[in-house]
Amino acid sequence: MLIAGRACLFLAVALCVYGAGASIVGVRTGRADLTASGRRAVYALALVLTLAFAILEGAFLRSDFTFRLVGTHSSTSTPAFYRATAVWSSQEGSLLLWVWLLSLWSSLVLARTGRRLGDVTAWATAVLLVFAGFFAGLTAFLANPFQLASPAPAEGVGLEPLLRHPSMMVHPPMLYSGYTLCTIPFAFAVGALITRRVEADWIGAVRRFALAAWFFLGIGILLGARWSWSELGWGGYWAWDPVENAALMPWLTGTAFLHSIMVQQRRGMLKTWNASLVLATGFLAILGTFLVRSGVLESIHAFGASTLGIPFLTFVALLAFGSIWLVLSRREGLRSEHRIDSLLSREAVFVLNNLVLVALCFVIFWGTFFPLISEAVTGTRASVGPPWFDRYTVPLAIVLVLLSGVGPLVAWRRVTPAGARRTFLAPVAFALAAVAALLVVPGVVARPAALLMFAFAAFVLAAVAQEVARGVRVRRAVSHERAPVALVAVVRRNRRRYGGYLVHVGMAVLFVGVAGSTAFQHMRDARLVPGQSARLDGYDVRYVRATGQLSSEKISLGAVLEVRRGGRLVATLRPSRGYYPSSDPGEGPIGRFFDGESTSEVGLRAGARRDVWTSIQPDIGPLRRLIDDANQRFATSSANVQALVVAGLVAHYEGNPLPATFRFIVSPLVEWIWFGGLVVLLGGLIAIWPAAAFAQARAAAARAVRARPGRRRGAADAAAPV
Amino acid sequence: MNPHRKRTTRLVVSLTAALLLAAALVYTSFSASSEARTPSQLRDAPAGRAYQLTGRVVPGYHREGDVLVFRVRDRNGPASAPTVPVRYAGAVPDPFRQGREVIVTVRRRGAVFVGEKDSLVTKCPSKFSDGQGR
Repeated sequence: MLIAGRACLFLAVALCVYGAGASIVGVRTGRADLTASGRRAVYALALVLTLAFAILEGAFLRSDFTFRLVGTHSSTSTPAFYRATAVWSSQEGSLLLWVWLLSLWSSLVLARTGRRLGDVTAWATAVLLVFAGFFAGLTAFLANPFQLASPAPAEGVGLEPLLRHPSMMVHPPMLYSGYTLCTIPFAFAVGALITRRVEADWIGAVRRFALAAWFFLGIGILLGARWSWSELGWGGYWAWDPVENAALMPWLTGTAFLHSIMVQQRRGMLKTWNASLVLATGFLAILGTFLVRSGVLESIHAFGASTLGIPFLTFVALLAFGSIWLVLSRREGLRSEHRIDSLLSREAVFVLNNLVLVALCFVIFWGTFFPLISEAVTGTRASVGPPWFDRYTVPLAIVLVLLSGVGPLVAWRRVTPAGARRTFLAPVAFALAAVAALLVVPGVVARPAALLMFAFAAFVLAAVAQEVARGVRVRRAVSHERAPVALVAVVRRNRRRYGGYLVHVGMAVLFVGVAGSTAFQHMRDARLVPGQSARLDGYDVRYVRATGQLSSEKISLGAVLEVRRGGRLVATLRPSRGYYPSSDPGEGPIGRFFDGESTSEVGLRAGARRDVWTSIQPDIGPLRRLIDDANQRFATSSANVQALVVAGLVAHYEGNPLPATFRFIVSPLVEWIWFGGLVVLLGGLIAIWPAAAFAQARAAAARAVRARPGRRRGAADAAAPV
Repeated sequence: MNPHRKRTTRLVVSLTAALLLAAALVYTSFSASSEARTPSQLRDAPAGRAYQLTGRVVPGYHREGDVLVFRVRDRNGPASAPTVPVRYAGAVPDPFRQGREVIVTVRRRGAVFVGEKDSLVTKCPSKFSDGQGR
């Protein structure tokens, strides 16, 4: 099996080299058989990598410890669900997952595009195969997942406890899908630039993939934030950690691109800008993978060894210089066909929104890479913290939310002052009313940034509601349907627009949650013994009693907390800390049960108005003497006796509770973030969903009309409508 | 204004805005950042300045009330390498334990280094790839 897996990887590299070569030679000599062969190489690659991934996944599920990777990342006692996810907890498995997903998406885009774009697709095929070749090469030569363990261990070390969470099944594959999907618009942009066919055709072919990339990255980011808040013991959902930023940056440029392509498709403007955005998004996605996988920056997530640094850096540098050169050398063809007529027009708002998004991305880029920048400039590594990020991202985010309300209200080309007054009146009035209502809430006035965010979010909600109502009204005037029927019909006829509006609503709700939870959060660390309580933002949290539990996997030491507000019991929370056994014999036969990995289990009461969040750090220091004692006394006892001793120690902790350190957080509106995020994803799904058959037929007919004669080599078959 | 002059004005305005933002970024990031130091570089650091201490936790850390007391040595140094003492209050990340790589923002106070609240970061364990702890 090991040999079969390894062979698959070598075959994958060979397929990439062959396919990229065949595509390039084919397109340069006009040999359609070669470009078709290049395309088939992509399908073959997907097949071979599926096989390789299945072999690895199978080895994990069977706990086949002759695979070195299985022994170091899984064990027979790891539940089957986590054995399946343990594949991508390793560097090698992650890279294989990455390139496998890339091959699947590439096959999908090529199957959908067919020969429609001719030379552009051939070049895109070559670019995608170069990407795949690079990553397949990494797995084949530098981070081989199919290494032999000799001798094979009887038992593996198990999956890292921090990663034992259901999100592990979804979060990494979503992010990797997002990253790999980002390379598809990149590849087609390169193809369009090389062949100088920079009209809107290629954008139409990849728009849905750009949207899918945006969608999957969004799910990944949101799940990561949610995982962090409800599971990890630090009490936050975003830390401006390099790995978080790595996913956010391509998402931001992707968002910018999804807006600005509309300007190009409608008005033939911003071609240079769009090409640059797509290239930047692809570049940032690869850079993100590099950040996650190389450990070049200090991060909580720095999983990997840094042996991949040099090849990755070379690849990233080639991407950057290649992209810049392509845009500069093709700038003649990227001239705008029109100019912006008025600053009060949808295209002008889109340009502004793009500038804000790109500025956000640049700020985050600068902050993330600041350690490397400062090392290059001053010789010492220095880094900036969350306050630095907040100083720039908060105002930019506020402006962004405002623009997301203005955009839907203004028409293309220009708006007359009278028209503007008419459309802006109701949303502005609603926003002002919201501000007036909020001024009554104590403490809000002291937080102008949050108040501004609330006002703009209200403006967005009203603006979108007004636009949707207008669409429904127009439809009903013609069709005389009932309102809900008309609404569905309106959305179905223009999924992209109304899906987009729903995304704006979701983002507004999400940002209300972010503003509320950052500006009005209360946090307190307290050291309590049972019977004592701590007060926080009107809540009384009482430490009732200690808990101790022993399972086959871990020891859990925790607390029962009663949360009261105004004397009334609102929740009973049970935060705990799980201790997983260490496999290091140096910690003693009993001590090893306490000295392994440990993870927090958060006690959380979620609510629409506020979350009450608790975590515990039990102090097992005073147990130490007993543990050391037991280490010596029961060193040679049987496993059963040792288990009894551990159970006794746990019971001792439960019966003689020591002071424990707690962290209590009362954070308003956190749930709005997850709810808003869901709305965003729903909106994205509506926009992404394949249009009904008749709409596709209509689009195909439109393409047939647009297909122009006089193309370059191979035009005859390339221009045939599909 | 003729279209040409309008374009030029717009270009100048947007470039100026971009330059201002860039200058602000450069200035604030260099002034707000804290330098990364290893324990051996930190031993004779002046008091009061904030440093990002990176290193490995030495066995024998303990709690004194709310305060976590531990010592850190150079990441790749031998076991006998010099260490610096840290007193830290705030959230302790789950993976924190001996042998782990940590990053913490500290200021010197007398002979010890006091950690900034909630600044402690523990790297996700890479013990499987760097041979630590096994």
